[in-house]
Amino acid sequence: MRISTKYWTLLFLAALIAVTPFFFPSGYYFRVGSLLFVNGLAVTGIVILTGYAGQISLGHAGFAGIGGYACALAPVHWGVPPALAVVLGAAVSGVLAYLVGRPILRLKGYYLGVASLGFGILVAMVLNNERALTRGPDGIEVPDLGLRGLLKDWGLNLTNGEFWYVVTGICLLIGAWIALNLHSSPTGRALRALHGSEVAAGTVGIDVARVKLQAFVISAIYASVAGSLLALQNKFITPDVAGFLHSVEMVTMAVLGGVSSVPGAILGAGVLTLLPQVLTVFAEYEQLILGLVMMLVMIFLPEGLVPSILRRLRGRDE
Amino acid sequence: MSLLEIQGLGISFGGVRAVNDVSFSVKQGEIVSVIGPNGAGKTTLFNMISGVYQPGAGSVALSGEPVTGMEPFRLAQRGLSRTFQNLQIFQNMTVLENAVTGFHLQERGPVLADLFNLPGSRRRARQAEEGARALLARVGLERAADREAGSLSYGSLKRLEIARALAMQPKVLLLDEPAAGCNAVETEEIDHLIAEVAASGVAILLVEHDMKMVMRISNHIVVLDHGEKIAEGAPAEVSRNPDVIAAYLGTEAEHADG
Repeated sequence: MRISTKYWTLLFLAALIAVTPFFFPSGYYFRVGSLLFVNGLAVTGIVILTGYAGQISLGHAGFAGIGGYACALAPVHWGVPPALAVVLGAAVSGVLAYLVGRPILRLKGYYLGVASLGFGILVAMVLNNERALTRGPDGIEVPDLGLRGLLKDWGLNLTNGEFWYVVTGICLLIGAWIALNLHSSPTGRALRALHGSEVAAGTVGIDVARVKLQAFVISAIYASVAGSLLALQNKFITPDVAGFLHSVEMVTMAVLGGVSSVPGAILGAGVLTLLPQVLTVFAEYEQLILGLVMMLVMIFLPEGLVPSILRRLRGRDE
Repeated sequence: MSLLEIQGLGISFGGVRAVNDVSFSVKQGEIVSVIGPNGAGKTTLFNMISGVYQPGAGSVALSGEPVTGMEPFRLAQRGLSRTFQNLQIFQNMTVLENAVTGFHLQERGPVLADLFNLPGSRRRARQAEEGARALLARVGLERAADREAGSLSYGSLKRLEIARALAMQPKVLLLDEPAAGCNAVETEEIDHLIAEVAASGVAILLVEHDMKMVMRISNHIVVLDHGEKIAEGAPAEVSRNPDVIAAYLGTEAEHADG
């Protein structure tokens, strides 16, 4: 039963990604769509860390920054092809997450939140101040991925917006597939178990510190790949991608949609990516309306949009 | 051979000796009960044996190997399992998933296999699920398998916790008030279950307030009062012991003594 739920979710997501472009009034919406998918990917990583394992990070933008700047710097300085730079960034993020997480995740409570906050700020500071390498707060160009030209040679002619819509859409689907696999796998169960009760998780033989670290590393890699995709599609990156606000934004998106649910978190990313676009009409009141929406959701649907709605639907069935 | 050997175990909290110099052992297939008035240190003793607290003094040995102060998950790997007085259920999971986590040590494997849903990961998960369903049937919860654990009654949750502990196929099982809050019928069911598990060769250490149950199923009883062992022996001996009677009947007897 669970397997079919998983593939229904993925099928629905794939259909949504494939069909919505037919309703796009202009090419601009491909760009909004790919931005949404990149955010969705980062937030899917938050689902694994926060929704499954119950750990809070306020510094995941730091990993997005590493992923993004890997794509900006590695091709220029070391001749790494941009596609490989994504992998390199993910590897660096994974190793850093391991080194940072190892001492912190042994502690209970909010230590991870505070320590990861420090980590994120540190990354943003390095990106801002190492001007010789990163060119500081003004940002830096990112080389072209090169794939679009290759596709053109093969006769597939996509606009830049279309191309990135497809690439980020596929990446989101893969990310969602992996996160859903994890959910009901032995490791995923161990993560959710420690979320439920760390003491009980220990008594059934779960090495709590170890699986927490696994979740932290996996989610860091999600953030890193999302940061890389963002940098590559914008062909430009600034240290803001690693900033505190971006970290908070990731957590907010996940919590709004439902942090324990992959489709929920993606919906949350969708809402918070699209709302500002819609609200440009009310430019002055944008922040006000966003804040109001957040408060209303947290008051009336505290588990987030998708889990709360699912629960109500199920309740009606019984 | 005794599977669990406790030697001179003690702990203090802020200068107060919660447990002091307690020794006893549990053999294979044996049910040993720890009894004593509220605050006698029974749960503290359990928490030291199961690695939740670091003992201040003394030693714990599992199958003859020293395991004093070892982390709970390492003790689990060595065959020690426990339940909790104040239930430690994974409320965020279904009943079946709760039972499946008991198979963690058997079902765990490489993370990459889990992330990419490789056949090995699916097979391990499926085997654990089958095992868990069988165990739920054994404790009478098979029909609740897909319900959220939080929706079960207290007595059912107690049985679920026992099922999860049994999933680990422990050599030593610590049960902290398994019948607390259960009605007479549920108590009797748990009673049978414990006897059955012991008969399969597991060493059981039990903390329980229900004296009828303790007297009925224990092979050996250890009595604690104010953190010290005041008596031990077969149920019949212990129930006649004047110190035990004094501890249970309260302070008057103590005043008369001193």
